[in-house]
Amino acid sequence: MIGVTARYFAVFREQVGQDAETLSTDAATAGELFAEIATRHGFDDSMTRCKVAINDELAGWEEELTDGDVILFFPPVAGG
Amino acid sequence: MTFEIIEKPIDVTELIQTLRHDSAGAYASFEGWVRNVNEGQDVISLEYEAHGPLAVREGEVILAEALERFELLAAMSCHRVGHLEIGDCAVWVGVSAPHRGAAFEGCRYIIDQLKQRLPIWKKEHYRDGHSDWINCVTGKTSDGV
Repeated sequence: MIGVTARYFAVFREQVGQDAETLSTDAATAGELFAEIATRHGFDDSMTRCKVAINDELAGWEEELTDGDVILFFPPVAGG
Repeated sequence: MTFEIIEKPIDVTELIQTLRHDSAGAYASFEGWVRNVNEGQDVISLEYEAHGPLAVREGEVILAEALERFELLAAMSCHRVGHLEIGDCAVWVGVSAPHRGAAFEGCRYIIDQLKQRLPIWKKEHYRDGHSDWINCVTGKTSDGV
């Protein structure tokens, strides 16, 4: 188990009901953590359409998590 | 070469000055405006939300790519966040170049990449009272692919 902070934006923030939460997880990668959270909060967007950043750096879903990481979950973007 | 996320209205006149160059024979720009209809629904206003630091970083990467790929002299862009009304300018891209071909192509490249890559989200408010995050699936909507 590691302790991480998950931060949510836009539709994810509204679905979770808060912009961040601290979690204890067995997830080894960003993708595993997303799957865990998506199930719990009922996210409907697929991982392939979303993005993730770890400690303010854009990352891949396969990136391994470390105790204390801050993971930012970005729903599908819509700039412009 | 600068990318900005701003809360106040975009002042294009001022931004153009940053692109001035004695060897520039062409200037091309793109403005994205808030329109009053999307997918058949009457839009009354919208909100943009961004992860500011990452949006700025990614925006500057995109501008640097454009400067490398096309014969540009300067490139600049900014995107608004917050509550916008119909007709407001949401995003502006400007480039200068010796010739028009590179200016058009570079400008097009930048706006296309910005739309795909920036961590910015758009929530539309509709005349019938409901609102939706664009491109996101929430169980009740399935817009965008």
